[in-house]
Amino acid sequence: MAIETQPERAEPTGRGPEVIARRPWWLSPGVHTGLIGAVIGYFFGHWLGNFLGGDYARSSLSDANDVAIVLGYLFAVIGWVAGLGVFNDLFGLMLGRPLPEEGRLIGKEDPGLGKYFRYTLDHKVVGIQYLYGMIAYFLTGGLFAMAIRTELLSPSYHLIGPEQYLMVVGEHGTMMMMMMSSVILGPFGQYFGPLLIGSKRVAFPRLEALGFWLTPAAYVILLSAVLFGGFPTGWTGYEPLALQAQSGEDAYFFAFGLMGISMILAGFNMIVTIINYRAPGMRWSRLPMFVWSMFTVSFLQVLAVPVLVGACYMGLVDRTFQTSFFTNQLGGSSFLYEDLFWFFGHPEVYILALPGFGVISEVVSVFCRKPLFGYKIAAAGMLGVGILSFFVWQHHLFDSGINPDMRPLFMLTTELISIPTGFIYLVGMGTFWKARIRFSIPMLFALAFYFNFFIGGISGVFLSDVPADTTEHGSFFVMAHFHYTIMGGLIFAFFSGIYYWLPKMTGIKLNETLGKIHFWTMFIFFNSTFLPLFALGLMGMPRRVFEYARNLETLNDWVSISAFLLGGSILIFLINFVMSMLFWREPEVGNPWRSRSLEWQLSTPPPPENFKRVPVILAGPYDYGVKDALPVADLNPPPGVIGSAYAPAGAGEG
Amino acid sequence: MATTETPAAPGAQREPNHAWRLFAVWFVLALAADLVIWFVWKPHLPPGDMSSSAQHQQFDIAVLAVTGAPVVVAVLLYFVYAIVVWRAKPGDDSDGEPIYGNTKVQATWIIGTSAIVLWLAVFGTIELVGPAGAGAGEGPSPIWTLAGKQTTSWAPGTNDMLQVQVIGQQWTWTYRYPQFGGMESSSLMLPVGMPVAFHVTSLDVIHSFWAYQLGVKADANPGVDNVAYTTPKATGGFTVRCSELCGIWHGAMFNYGQVLSPTAFQSWASGVQAKEQADGVLAALPAYTLTYDPTVIPQLGKNIPAIDGITGAAGYYYGPGNPVTP
Repeated sequence: MAIETQPERAEPTGRGPEVIARRPWWLSPGVHTGLIGAVIGYFFGHWLGNFLGGDYARSSLSDANDVAIVLGYLFAVIGWVAGLGVFNDLFGLMLGRPLPEEGRLIGKEDPGLGKYFRYTLDHKVVGIQYLYGMIAYFLTGGLFAMAIRTELLSPSYHLIGPEQYLMVVGEHGTMMMMMMSSVILGPFGQYFGPLLIGSKRVAFPRLEALGFWLTPAAYVILLSAVLFGGFPTGWTGYEPLALQAQSGEDAYFFAFGLMGISMILAGFNMIVTIINYRAPGMRWSRLPMFVWSMFTVSFLQVLAVPVLVGACYMGLVDRTFQTSFFTNQLGGSSFLYEDLFWFFGHPEVYILALPGFGVISEVVSVFCRKPLFGYKIAAAGMLGVGILSFFVWQHHLFDSGINPDMRPLFMLTTELISIPTGFIYLVGMGTFWKARIRFSIPMLFALAFYFNFFIGGISGVFLSDVPADTTEHGSFFVMAHFHYTIMGGLIFAFFSGIYYWLPKMTGIKLNETLGKIHFWTMFIFFNSTFLPLFALGLMGMPRRVFEYARNLETLNDWVSISAFLLGGSILIFLINFVMSMLFWREPEVGNPWRSRSLEWQLSTPPPPENFKRVPVILAGPYDYGVKDALPVADLNPPPGVIGSAYAPAGAGEG
Repeated sequence: MATTETPAAPGAQREPNHAWRLFAVWFVLALAADLVIWFVWKPHLPPGDMSSSAQHQQFDIAVLAVTGAPVVVAVLLYFVYAIVVWRAKPGDDSDGEPIYGNTKVQATWIIGTSAIVLWLAVFGTIELVGPAGAGAGEGPSPIWTLAGKQTTSWAPGTNDMLQVQVIGQQWTWTYRYPQFGGMESSSLMLPVGMPVAFHVTSLDVIHSFWAYQLGVKADANPGVDNVAYTTPKATGGFTVRCSELCGIWHGAMFNYGQVLSPTAFQSWASGVQAKEQADGVLAALPAYTLTYDPTVIPQLGKNIPAIDGITGAAGYYYGPGNPVTP
């Protein structure tokens, strides 16, 4: 079983002290140079676009030169990453300079805050960067949701006009769907992935860091659509509406594609890290469930997201260089876009859901004080969901007229997904059996996850049935369904992870009273916001409308007020987060949850190189209640005994 | 009852006490839920029973609810039970029993969920194929069709299938009746008790034709003829909405239709046809085809604005420069 070992030294290298003297901060690459690069890049790209395509015919509602805008975005991104110093090592290698010292890869950075504003290669820094980034993106998307609900207080338009309404809907949907795909994989996957498998570093730290630094660019570009009046297509970007739209559509395609590249980079890094950088003794059967979920999600990202990047690229060249991939009367097909988009779009749904399964599995075992029930079933459930997610995309197109005689097949595959998803519930329920349940805040969020995701899943069964779906398709029923799985599943799992892991990441714990208030308000108002939406959908309210039948006003007002209160609940979290991190700073350095998991055996926050020596994994992470259970790992194995004294037969040193 | 699988309480074999208690409560609650759903809720479930497809959808939603309710009851009951019974007492720092799995429970669970899934798939397929696509769009050449005679004219009291073309454009619906000289109308009139074939197409972007009370939904794709079938079962009004985002006035893209008695429908349709003939609208309209090329339509329809018409699109067939704002 040579794959269980890794070709890494047990001894830290003795390369000697750092030899390169650090430049003053304003000369070394960082956010400020990145911004300068982005601005220069944008204006250069814009000039180039006007030079090349100034006389191109424009898409019908666009009053600007789309070529200039797209090339502006492109060169702005190139300038941004170049300014951040992404290419420095690459060009250094080309020029024959030695690579910077190994220490950069494993976090031997200066202790200051500056490293968070640079292209830092330590996965723990990237994880923290992701955490703050994701909170910012989530709050932005949430504000757009508040605007939507404000408009829907009344059955006709009263506050924001139809154009602004669609802009808000599109920004909310796209922001949430594209940025939140990394909401757990980013902060917790990057931070704890290597820690959980006993590695000192990730496989491709440069790709990982680049993956993060593309997200602020995608965020800003997506928001820049507001300057052009937004985009009218929602988060799906259907053609030929996208072709007809104003220039905001360029921002949509570009930002979504850019975020897609970020997801691919993160996925590659995660796959290679998990396969190759596991510590000796970290067999596949000892892999924590969270790592399994990251592994599956990474495969989904690497296999599904390129289709999105392709679709976005084709959408962009249709709009700029007058190709006709999606124009029916010129030989293209609007069905092609629908197919490409949903071939990505359905795995994307599981890119959003699976990390939640992973976090919850970790949390449930710790707070039930029991081993995970049916470890293999849990892993099989994740892999099964991941594989099946590639075979269901046509259920988004049941009424579209594409290949209608295949609908029974897609009905079957869609319903099949409920089997591996059911495994996750079996694992959870089995772990609860005769447990010693402790209702800490992470556990409360985990319980809410089970409740919310269950409602989401059961409503999905209604959508998978073609005749029933005929009424529900494209209505608020669908909207409620995926908010239950994504907001009720993913975001609840994200908060569970924050309360669970933030003490490990920062050494500071969040205020518990405020945390409990946050949980209860969020749980109650989440349900009172989204449960009535099922009824609204069944009563005939389509998605993305600003006008609805007058008899639905009471219910809509109820939903809107609940949504505002839900927003208030997120605000409580924000207050708790800011106050706890900046002012109260209540230290938490031990292992407050008495978790067996590897990351909790380290000092808090984890040392720069994670492990002084590569640990030897001795037992699985979930052996709670086992008398004389081995510790999960020997963190300081004597040199030379790896593979003979500790590790199982065959797991020799590399 | 559709589902008879146990809630698969893990560890059931070793702890008959908990398992039997859970099973008894589950059985009572699940039975009660199913009875309420079937006998109380079903007649009120959307989309109602105004057409054959709506009746099938209502039936399907009810069957799915009856199938799902025992599962919902089982899972929620189990979690509530676990939270109440197995919470750690204050000061109890002990760990639980190390149970790594239970083959019987896992096998029961897998078999149970697989059985439900197979049942759902078989049921859904029968309910899709039997009622001719159950009101959903079936593309240009449907393989599951509704019984009815394909004729060039239509008369009440026969089994003639009424052909209705539904044309979506930003942001209005227009209907054309090829059996009545290709006349067009801005409101959808249908005869009760006779089969109807909708030919849904679009002149610009993708729309979705949703006749809510009729249980019909079919995407309107430019250049594609998307067919959907239904048979109206009761007279009365219904709503047509666009259910695919199609631009800024998507929210306002709705209108109303009426199911009439066959004779009333015939006199309405012949009346409109005669008036459009007299006004010259029929001559000015593009010839009836299953799809229209958006780049050709403006030329074809260029005479229409001159007629103070009764056309739903107010004469503006496809002009992005002249979007119809309601």
